Amino acid sequence: MGLLDIFKKIEPDKKKSPILHTLYDAAFTFAYSPDSVTDGGVHIRDGLDLKRMMIHVVLALQLCFLFGTYNIGHQHFVASGEFLGFLEGFHLKLIHGLIQLVPIVLVTMIVGLGIEIIFAARKGHAVEEGFIVSGMLIPLIMPPDIPLWMLAVSIAFAVIVGKEAFGGTGMNIWNVALLSRVFIFFAYPTTISGDQVWVSGYESLAAGTQASYGWAHGLFNSLFELMGVDLFDSARTAVVDGYSGATPLALAYSGGWEAVTEKFSLAQMWWGTIPGSIGETSKPFIIIGALMLIVTKVASWRIMLSATIGAAVMALILNAWGATPIMDVPWYYQFYMGSFFFAAAFMATDPVTASTTNTGKWIYGFLIGFIGMIIRVMNPAYPEGWMLAILFLNTFSALIDHYVLEANMKKRLQRA
Amino acid sequence: MLSTILIIIGLILLLAVIMNVSDSLLQIEAKKSGIDIDKEDIGIIPKLSFDGMVSKPAIAKGGSHHNLKQGFEIKLAGEASHDFLPATSSTFAMRPMDYRGIAPIPKLFVEVGQEVKAGQPLFFNKSTPDIVYAAPVSGEVVEVRRGAKRAISDVVILADKKLTHHTVTAPDINKASREELVAFLMKSGAWPMINKRPFDVIASPDEMPRDIFISTFDTAPLAPDSMILIKGKEKDFQAGVNALAQLTEGSVHLGINNSAAGSWLSSVNNAEKHYFSGKHPAGNVGIQIHHINPIKSNDSVWTLGIQEVASIGALFTKGYLDTSRKVALVGDEFETTGYVDTYMGANIGELVKNNMTGDNTRIIAGDVLTGRTVATEDFLSAKTDQITTIKEGDYNEFLGWLVPIAPRPSTSGTFPNFLYPNHKFIADTNTHGEKRAFVASGDYESVLPMDIYPQHLMKAILANDYERMEGLGINELSEEDIAICEFACVSKQPLQKILRQGLDMMREQL
Repeated sequence: MGLLDIFKKIEPDKKKSPILHTLYDAAFTFAYSPDSVTDGGVHIRDGLDLKRMMIHVVLALQLCFLFGTYNIGHQHFVASGEFLGFLEGFHLKLIHGLIQLVPIVLVTMIVGLGIEIIFAARKGHAVEEGFIVSGMLIPLIMPPDIPLWMLAVSIAFAVIVGKEAFGGTGMNIWNVALLSRVFIFFAYPTTISGDQVWVSGYESLAAGTQASYGWAHGLFNSLFELMGVDLFDSARTAVVDGYSGATPLALAYSGGWEAVTEKFSLAQMWWGTIPGSIGETSKPFIIIGALMLIVTKVASWRIMLSATIGAAVMALILNAWGATPIMDVPWYYQFYMGSFFFAAAFMATDPVTASTTNTGKWIYGFLIGFIGMIIRVMNPAYPEGWMLAILFLNTFSALIDHYVLEANMKKRLQRA
Repeated sequence: MLSTILIIIGLILLLAVIMNVSDSLLQIEAKKSGIDIDKEDIGIIPKLSFDGMVSKPAIAKGGSHHNLKQGFEIKLAGEASHDFLPATSSTFAMRPMDYRGIAPIPKLFVEVGQEVKAGQPLFFNKSTPDIVYAAPVSGEVVEVRRGAKRAISDVVILADKKLTHHTVTAPDINKASREELVAFLMKSGAWPMINKRPFDVIASPDEMPRDIFISTFDTAPLAPDSMILIKGKEKDFQAGVNALAQLTEGSVHLGINNSAAGSWLSSVNNAEKHYFSGKHPAGNVGIQIHHINPIKSNDSVWTLGIQEVASIGALFTKGYLDTSRKVALVGDEFETTGYVDTYMGANIGELVKNNMTGDNTRIIAGDVLTGRTVATEDFLSAKTDQITTIKEGDYNEFLGWLVPIAPRPSTSGTFPNFLYPNHKFIADTNTHGEKRAFVASGDYESVLPMDIYPQHLMKAILANDYERMEGLGINELSEEDIAICEFACVSKQPLQKILRQGLDMMREQL
């Protein structure tokens, strides 16, 4: 009760300082659910509201976050040939991962929420919750070494042009998180494609390049010295001969499935100890998150299932065609590479941008899988097709719904 | 290996295509030779009947059977015990605002201080002077309450200890023409008991309804058991059905709960019986109409409640309009829940006197989804059969959206409700969140067992798109049908209000 009284006392005036009021309102509704009662219409309301729905998506992402953070460190040390076992050098890998990840998350949240607060203050309404999920998804789809200023620009683009220009939460046509990634992809392509970007901590992945550690690493070094464990040492950590930061997908383009299995085992690809975007590598954790969303009815299982079916169908067709090495990758192994699971579970199922009718969801998901697989396989310049396929289908999701509704209306008319 | 799998799949697909084509060809042939393919099972592929999942009761011969999959039961605490409480009301009122479609200031037949008999005309609507709105009890008219802009809100009568009825001579159903019956019903005050759909307004006497639908059970949260409400009036109910059957060119349809299949309802004459099983809103007449024979573009159908049918029947069996009603007092904020024997339009305060616990409660005339907030000086609507009390929820909960892992009524799986399958919730009026734009999809469709896309309908109404509204099925809905969607709405949108806006827009078009 004490906290509530403090909150009520410090409420800034809405007219005189709109930005402060919006900030206050955001903090207050974060800490306390509002005391508004039903007025007209139903007298009791469902316990679920948008905040709770969004937080469940964030909770589902936490396993990916944990694993992704650790994997950043793991890949860093695999490149130098040290601590090859997954759990070796545990403290070093974890801290390195956190040092890479925490700034990304902070920048995402500050820039994104800052823009949302400004817009909400200008419009005079509360800060709406849409950015909670986008802000948690964006770090997971970025390469670990992304320059922070680039990230900030892309988030500003995504939130302003992709969301606020259309009217805010619930009104956007395209997936906001994907818009930020696609902005970097087209504006600064070298930072998000190629073999050099998926491993962090080195200026380049040429043999012999030493690791570049910053002040944060130095800070933890003093702690590690006290504890008597291994330290960050740029002299000791250098890229080994013959290391390429290629992801399984990049290897498949050149050499087919054989090239992939030479470098990575199936277990590695499944559990996710491979280079890639921060959150997309670990399939079991993504599946656990997806199951959590399905059980709580927050995300649509129809989209996830039909995307899988669409991808499988296209992969089968490409197997039958077999013109290039990557087309020959057996269709069930296509799922081990790249970010299919992440895209299908968390990106495609965004309720605002997906189709809203159940029939529409089947078609939407199927086409995402279908077209995404084409983009992945046919064009080596676009290393992962899901981002583009989902944005493409976002454009058409309303059209799909339109036809489903037209069919419903026609059926109703024919009854008459 | 892969190619053999592909060949096998291809062969199976080919077989399925052949079977489908031949099935359709058989059906075309059957249609040509005059066989009704809906009734007979023609074709190679056997008709899978999902209705067979819930076994058709053996007694339910004739009539259709519907197992509704979508819906949501809100299990609230405070169900009515089967006892009758001694509470009585001494004042009763007739409320013009309960009857949609009449002018805000109807013309009164009576004035304050006048003595009236039960069933005597009280007021009429200027544009429909033949339809009479009758007094629910006999006694003295003590007050004509006015609301905003001098609109009449209640015509209040202080009841006599023993009622005297305004007697009428009913025409013989078998001999009278439809016009005579309609005129009789209008004159005796029974006409306002009939609802017309679409728009859920007073029926128009010149119109011939396609069918008449009566739902004999109510699945709303804490709704009373309609078998108790109608107990003792079975003969009146049958007489009412007989009269109604004369008024329509189609039939009278009864929507019966699957669990009541063996009761006297199954042997009502002059009515088609349809058995429904499923969660709320399976008991809503709108849902039942959709499954029995949906409302098409220019149709109008009539609906009545179970006690209203008995009242109409009493005109023929007893010779007066039976305005007695049983009302259920439900909700966790009552000391004792139960049923009350009273008349239409009873005073709320007298019925709930000395029965309320707690200080911050809301009294609702009706159920928690569609009812009207009332104060103790207000009166029940004539067609309402329950009074619900719930706690007001004007409190702030710390981290309320994240933390409460205690069960709370919710259609999502984000509360651990599955751990407490038979738990009865103590709900309150807190909105549990603020109003937002439409974000989630599929949540309305999962609780509404109709072939309608509610979210798109709402958007069409908000965009004033008449053609789209009509095409998406607004004429099939009434507020009580969309109420469960409003409960489930994550964005806390006022769906019933939006729907009423849309229905009023459609009504103005005509």
